Amino acid sequence: MYDEHQLAEIEQALSNWESTSLKEALEKMGEWKKEFTTSSGLTAKRLYTPLDLKAGEWNYLGQLGFPGGYPFTRGIEPVMYRSKLFRMYQYGGYGTAKATNEWFKYIIERGAEELGVAQDLPTQLGLDSDHPLARPEVGKVGVAIGSLADIEAIFKDIPIERIGVSTTSNATGPIFLAFMLALCEKRKISPQKLRLNIQNDILKEFIARGAYIFPPRPSMEFACDLREYCINNGLINVRPGEFCGYHMREAGANVIQELAFTLANAVAYLECLKSRGVDLNKCYQPVAGFTAGLDLFEEICKLRAFRRMFSRTMKERFNVSNPDAMAVSYRCNSQASLFTAQEPMNNIVRGAITALVQALAGVQVMSVACFDEAHALPSPEAVKIALRTQQIVAYETGVVNTVDPLAGSYYVEALTDELEEKAMTLFEKVQAMGGAIASIEQGFQIREIARSALKHQQQVESGERVMIGVNKYRGNEAVHLEVRRPDEKDVERQIERLNKLRKERDNDEVKIALNGLKEAAREGANLVLPALATVKAYATIGEMCDVLRDVWGEYEYRAEVL
Amino acid sequence: MKKTKKPIRVLIAKPGLNGHDRGAKVLTLGLRDEGMEVIYTGIRQTPASIAKTAFQEDVDVVALSCLSGAHNYLFPKVVELLREKGMNEVLVIGGGIIPLDDVPSLKEKGIKAIFGPGSAIKDIANFIRENVKR
Repeated sequence: MYDEHQLAEIEQALSNWESTSLKEALEKMGEWKKEFTTSSGLTAKRLYTPLDLKAGEWNYLGQLGFPGGYPFTRGIEPVMYRSKLFRMYQYGGYGTAKATNEWFKYIIERGAEELGVAQDLPTQLGLDSDHPLARPEVGKVGVAIGSLADIEAIFKDIPIERIGVSTTSNATGPIFLAFMLALCEKRKISPQKLRLNIQNDILKEFIARGAYIFPPRPSMEFACDLREYCINNGLINVRPGEFCGYHMREAGANVIQELAFTLANAVAYLECLKSRGVDLNKCYQPVAGFTAGLDLFEEICKLRAFRRMFSRTMKERFNVSNPDAMAVSYRCNSQASLFTAQEPMNNIVRGAITALVQALAGVQVMSVACFDEAHALPSPEAVKIALRTQQIVAYETGVVNTVDPLAGSYYVEALTDELEEKAMTLFEKVQAMGGAIASIEQGFQIREIARSALKHQQQVESGERVMIGVNKYRGNEAVHLEVRRPDEKDVERQIERLNKLRKERDNDEVKIALNGLKEAAREGANLVLPALATVKAYATIGEMCDVLRDVWGEYEYRAEVL
Repeated sequence: MKKTKKPIRVLIAKPGLNGHDRGAKVLTLGLRDEGMEVIYTGIRQTPASIAKTAFQEDVDVVALSCLSGAHNYLFPKVVELLREKGMNEVLVIGGGIIPLDDVPSLKEKGIKAIFGPGSAIKDIANFIRENVKR
């Protein structure tokens, strides 16, 4: 970019500036902090110049290239938002299938492009609503899905061949695909038309989110069953899994850990698929989910860095050459752990910043957390404001007019490089421990993340890390937000429905199908079709997962890790 | 001879199915730094197993965390089972995502304080020191 001579000139001029104007300014005004760092503790220099790109032999074509081309730093498509804006998505859900169905119809009328199916915890953990552990949690954080009957109720009169569906099924990922395949069969829709995004990232559950059922290794195989099935059956519109950094970050990971541990998990899935003989060139349109935090530049550079890290890893580690398999698509959401319970309206501002981060970083699907995040499930008003935030960024700021507009900034490129370098060092450390699963089994990521979380908290308590309204400019107003409460009677109704189902279905058929699932699990076969058979027989999610619990056992959290 | 004061023993527990335990872990490490002996149960505990562990470990404090909205059932249930075991003096506190409107009723049912998002480790430690019965 700059030849030796130009750089020498700049270096000399910089030195002059430092010994004159800068020196004067520092003597006269000083700086209000001794050290300026990013949210993850990286040094933020006072000034970045072309000299910061010289180190490491930075060159445009090698480090950036063009959007839609290797190494994808600038974006995964040549025209990005000029042809299609980021999809505006808001995660949300209601406790009953009926209420969810009504909500879906409501938002479809208002232009929603994707339906997010939030599931309650018992469903995510393969427990029927009447399981003793499940009762207090039925319908609280999402809809209770006991069987295909609930899926049919959720999607009643909804054209699943025309609108996308997304869900955070992880431990039960393949079962959710089976639900949707069964629905397609009933409606005589070709499964190739199914537009589905299933989170299906069980590894991060062990590290950060806690919604696992079975131990890591069989869980990994189960997750790969879903991926493998989609690849082998040409379900090109199904995204059979995300590589999630989001949850680890929300658990307290810093940006370096978020990047490194996500890549390590991705590599673990890909190695598992490779060992099954899957051609990784066919793993088209990989998806990753990250937080969008408030440290604007660090967050944008993080997302640019990961696109490059991922494509380089696909190329150098796995010999992949299909650009469709190397270009990682982003589904992001605000880093909601930064949204305060105090003065919740301030979170609208925080949300706007995270929306700007996502747009400037070139995400494909955007979500913005709601202002009442720290209080309860979002109110309809909060959801509306979050959606409007996305719309304002999309239509009123002009940031979508040009692709990767921050490229070439000396700070942005230097920081992108630094994040990649540090993250790859940590990634290699995980690999040296035997990879993601081996290090999970040793509690490595959990301990690292807990340490970062503690550090964050200590910084907040010391005032080093400012949270407006919490440890600086703290007001005394009591917060009273109207909180949406699930109706307790709905739990009873759901359990009644389950009992009715268990009586009215063909229980012989259920038994045969469940045995089929058990045998297949014992043999190590791909479980999507056996799961589909149980789904069609109206087996409950608890029954399906109990079969798998019998074969694989359950994972027990090891508290001594801390 | 000078009697050394036994450290305060705290059980941090996550009842219910919610798996988010950043706060629980940070508090575990943080209260240890404050000189307390802290045991963390891990996630997905039942009220019965929490009461059992509290009894076996002879703790002074039980700190409950729930972010999934099931606190109105789970927290009082833990208190009930602790009392059944004769643990009437143990200090029970809670945290997580607890709507402010729920706090008075939780207090009535024996949860002495709720420390929601934005709470400081030092404040929790001081509250424990001031309210623990030993």
